[in-house]
Amino acid sequence: MNILIVGVGGQGTLLAAKVLGEYATLMGLEVKLSEVHGMSQRGGSVVTHVRYGEEIHTPVIWEGGADVVLAFEPLEALRYAHFLAAGGRVLTNSTPLPPMSVATGLATYPDVQASLDATYVPATDLALRAGSIKCVNMVMLGALTKLLGLDYDVMKKAILGVVKKALDLNLEAVRLGYEAL
Amino acid sequence: MKELMLTNQAIALGAWEAGVRVVSSYPGTPSTEITENTAKYREIHSEWAPNEKVALEVGIGASMAGARAMVCMKHVGLNVAADPLFTAAYTGVNGGLVIVVADDPGMHSSQNEQDSRFYARSAHVPMVEPADSAEAAEYVAWALDLSEAYDTPVILRTTTRIAHAQSVVEIGERKEVPLKEYKKDAPKYTMLPAHAKGRHLVVEARENRLKADCLSFPQNRVEMRDASVGVVCAGAIYQHVREAMPTASVFKLGMVYPLPIAAIGEFAKQVDKLLVVEELEPFIENQLKANGIPCVGKELFGLQGEITVATIKQKVLGEAAPVAAKVPARPPLLCAGCPHRGVYYVLHKLHCVVNSDIGCYTLGALAPLSAVDSVVCMGASLGMAHGFKYARPDANNVAVIGDSTFVHSGITGLINAVYNQSGITLIILDNRTTGMTGHQDHPATGKTCMGDAAPRLDLERLCLACGVAKVDVVDPYDMQAFETVLKDALADSKERVIITRRACIMKERVKDAKPLVVKDCRGCGKCLGLGCPAIVKRDGKAVIDGTQCLGCNLCREVCPFGCIGE
Repeated sequence: MNILIVGVGGQGTLLAAKVLGEYATLMGLEVKLSEVHGMSQRGGSVVTHVRYGEEIHTPVIWEGGADVVLAFEPLEALRYAHFLAAGGRVLTNSTPLPPMSVATGLATYPDVQASLDATYVPATDLALRAGSIKCVNMVMLGALTKLLGLDYDVMKKAILGVVKKALDLNLEAVRLGYEAL
Repeated sequence: MKELMLTNQAIALGAWEAGVRVVSSYPGTPSTEITENTAKYREIHSEWAPNEKVALEVGIGASMAGARAMVCMKHVGLNVAADPLFTAAYTGVNGGLVIVVADDPGMHSSQNEQDSRFYARSAHVPMVEPADSAEAAEYVAWALDLSEAYDTPVILRTTTRIAHAQSVVEIGERKEVPLKEYKKDAPKYTMLPAHAKGRHLVVEARENRLKADCLSFPQNRVEMRDASVGVVCAGAIYQHVREAMPTASVFKLGMVYPLPIAAIGEFAKQVDKLLVVEELEPFIENQLKANGIPCVGKELFGLQGEITVATIKQKVLGEAAPVAAKVPARPPLLCAGCPHRGVYYVLHKLHCVVNSDIGCYTLGALAPLSAVDSVVCMGASLGMAHGFKYARPDANNVAVIGDSTFVHSGITGLINAVYNQSGITLIILDNRTTGMTGHQDHPATGKTCMGDAAPRLDLERLCLACGVAKVDVVDPYDMQAFETVLKDALADSKERVIITRRACIMKERVKDAKPLVVKDCRGCGKCLGLGCPAIVKRDGKAVIDGTQCLGCNLCREVCPFGCIGE
């Protein structure tokens, strides 16, 4: 399973990847992750790679190799859609975060829903309902669990193993994401 | 016990297990987390040095004293540490010495794509390159053993896709390695020309021995599969090749310098076609060709950027690569509430030529701030501003540097500016941390890498001691005050320093700050010029995203109509 997690620096793609890594480990699978730190974390476009299965070589997913693009922001879903393998699926937060060029009126935010066949989740609204915009990542993990038919209880266990703060809030966010699909 | 682990953490684990006592480093993506993790082991003295040169000298000293030592840096850091490296190759070691260098093909967070493997070749020191987290931990121990067996520093090279990849590592026990005896040995450690001539011969003999011995190192291994194509590769590329060409035979290099030339030559004879897949320079390819081993490499891949599974499928197997949609770019930004923002806003407004430096504040180069004229390397802001001012005395140019970068290599530039009297103005963006790499301490924060209190380097007194005419300290949230001081400094013919002091917003939130709101916006767009991620233009008017705004008040300061408030 190749899951490309994309979003905007600060949305918690690294933590989501860590949870999925823990999930795969609990399921007894080989897992590899690839991430990028530093400059790209400052509000820029970020990509984190999660691969798990029987035998994994590279930790880096390639263009045409992702089973799922898990996007925390719709423009980022569109940016990385070409990473999808044939039959791959896009699961994305539906709430846009305009990049600076759009925010200042120099560029137009594309109509993502019109051009991208994807499953859309109102993850920002659900995260706010759970109690914090910071748990968009957990909402999306919940939705992913439903989409892929992953084991919900093992996912919760993985979160308990990785997330150290605000557990109730995060678990509530996962539940809302799970039930959104 | 097994754990899914970042390779940088695995390197720290490997050092701990192999009995390393001293680690000295300067933060640099993608190498930073190694030292952050060694700092968690009380058996290891871990420290942030002011720069990589000092870090390596600390490592050489600890090694000479008989301890196992490790020094970590990013690729460009090895340039800074190159001076001690080339001579440490002559002195050799006492306790094992490993230098970890992290290259950044594709420049995820760097200013160039240099290939550090050439340092191994030029300095005549061995270089090893692991291909995943577990191998990285093992290779630290291997590198230390090699270092002691061959009396040489050993470089362990990673790239971003190794350093920041996670795979499973078996956690072992620490092996206590006793201090080796220290005996005064001036011909070995005191590199006068007379001694160094003798040591250069030792280096040559050692390298010849390694060239022969590496033929049988198990870390250099052949994986025979289909004989129609054989691939020579190392590190992350090995994993990509296994994924893209699962049936291909592979010569996996664990040591990338010196190369096991004769063994690769034998491998070449067993396959119909030999392919070298390597990022950046044709380092392996050219050595094979020079030794009469025909191979294909850079004619397929080129020099720039990362090689991925898709690149290999495209270049070698002729499969078309999917094309990305054209969408607005999303470059990284200064955070909402970043104390650097107001400084750049004023510099942009006054049309200053800005010789900037390496750090978060490099992002002031991007629109709409567009305030930066140059960024070259750590500390270059000062030398460049001085040179620029000499060439164009009427220029209103300034040097802009962060606190950590100033300590790293800005101080000598300031001394030069005062000594040679260019009259430049230096702005030190003092956010009390090393920001871009993830908030590491440095000599001016008053805290060590291991979390202990330390004497705080006093930047004001340091600058005055360098001989500048005046040092002003201002709050960068107060743009009016900064502008007044800046104008005064620019009008001065003497060297001046302005320290804009406020903690990084990610470290310390503004006290009692409330998100701001825009009322009755007239759509003048002034606030949008700040490039704040919390301000968005909607239907011609500015809107503040309350979930992002941290209440720094800069937009309130720039709004000419008083439309922004709590």
